Amino acid sequence: MAHRPAGTLYRGKLGMWTWVLHRITGVGIYFFLLVHILDTALVRVSPEAYNSVVASYKTDIVGVAEIGLVGAILFHGFNGIRVMLIDFWRKGAKYQHQMFWVVLVIWVILMAGFVPRQLMHIFGA
Amino acid sequence: MAIVIEQPDAPRSRKGAQWEKRAWIFMRISGVILIFLIIGHLLVNLVLPERGVKAIDFAFVAGKWASPFWQVYDGLILWLALIHGTNGMRTLVNDYSEREWLRKALNVTLWVTAAALLLLGTLVITTFDPCIDPNVHNYLPDLVCKG
Ligand code: HEM
Repeated sequence: MAHRPAGTLYRGKLGMWTWVLHRITGVGIYFFLLVHILDTALVRVSPEAYNSVVASYKTDIVGVAEIGLVGAILFHGFNGIRVMLIDFWRKGAKYQHQMFWVVLVIWVILMAGFVPRQLMHIFGA
Repeated sequence: MAIVIEQPDAPRSRKGAQWEKRAWIFMRISGVILIFLIIGHLLVNLVLPERGVKAIDFAFVAGKWASPFWQVYDGLILWLALIHGTNGMRTLVNDYSEREWLRKALNVTLWVTAAALLLLGTLVITTFDPCIDPNVHNYLPDLVCKG
């Protein structure tokens, strides 16, 4: 197995990119959570205040963006389980690639259930 | 400005190491619980109701929080997700901020924000009063409002 040194720039493969994606999704979800706590707090103010702000979640644009949010949460969540298995399972590091594909399959199945349902709610009669 | 690079093998203080280890463990325990709580949250609020997100309004929230189960459920998500997220953000701040004063300021901001929102969210859930809606009896007929 002859490996040529790849220079000084670190170029990890799948493991690095899933780590990057885990970070980005984590940050995105964090900022959504801040907003979501504040909008929900309006139920303590008045029904009108809450209803008018929640109406923005029902618009076409936010309704579609919500698909991105759910996709980010599901990736972060199941990849988080993969990270824990790498940490605690004896063979975790060995199977980290295979576990990524498992995460991806679970993600695709759940999104295949969620996306049409959400589109129906947003654009349906 | 002189850049100080820490000795890589300099041990952390015992207390610092303890704290980091607990934070590390917390990220994992909260993560496992959160995946169930969040998937349940999405199902109950976005997926299962006939009209999905379009069904969410004051009455919807009042209906859920009439039950202590959903109050505890939402309180648990609030605390676990916000502390998990804040501690995750702390990791990023520690990784990327190059100036020590900025790093400290950002971390203080993160925890002050978390404390304020935990207090706000917990108060909202525990002191929620459906009676502020004059039409409340249309959807909660058994509710008794004072005054
Ligand atoms: C759905 C359930 C979740 C699971 C299973 C999960 C799992 C994890 C795990 C295991 C880590 C640590 C990674 C490491 O130490 O290398 C982590 C990091 C992180 N999580 Fe989560 N998490 C979940 C939900 C959330 C939520 C709701 C937020 C935001 C409010 C969030 C934000 C973050 C952030 C910002 C990090 C730091 C990323 C980094 O250090 O690269 N996570 N998550």
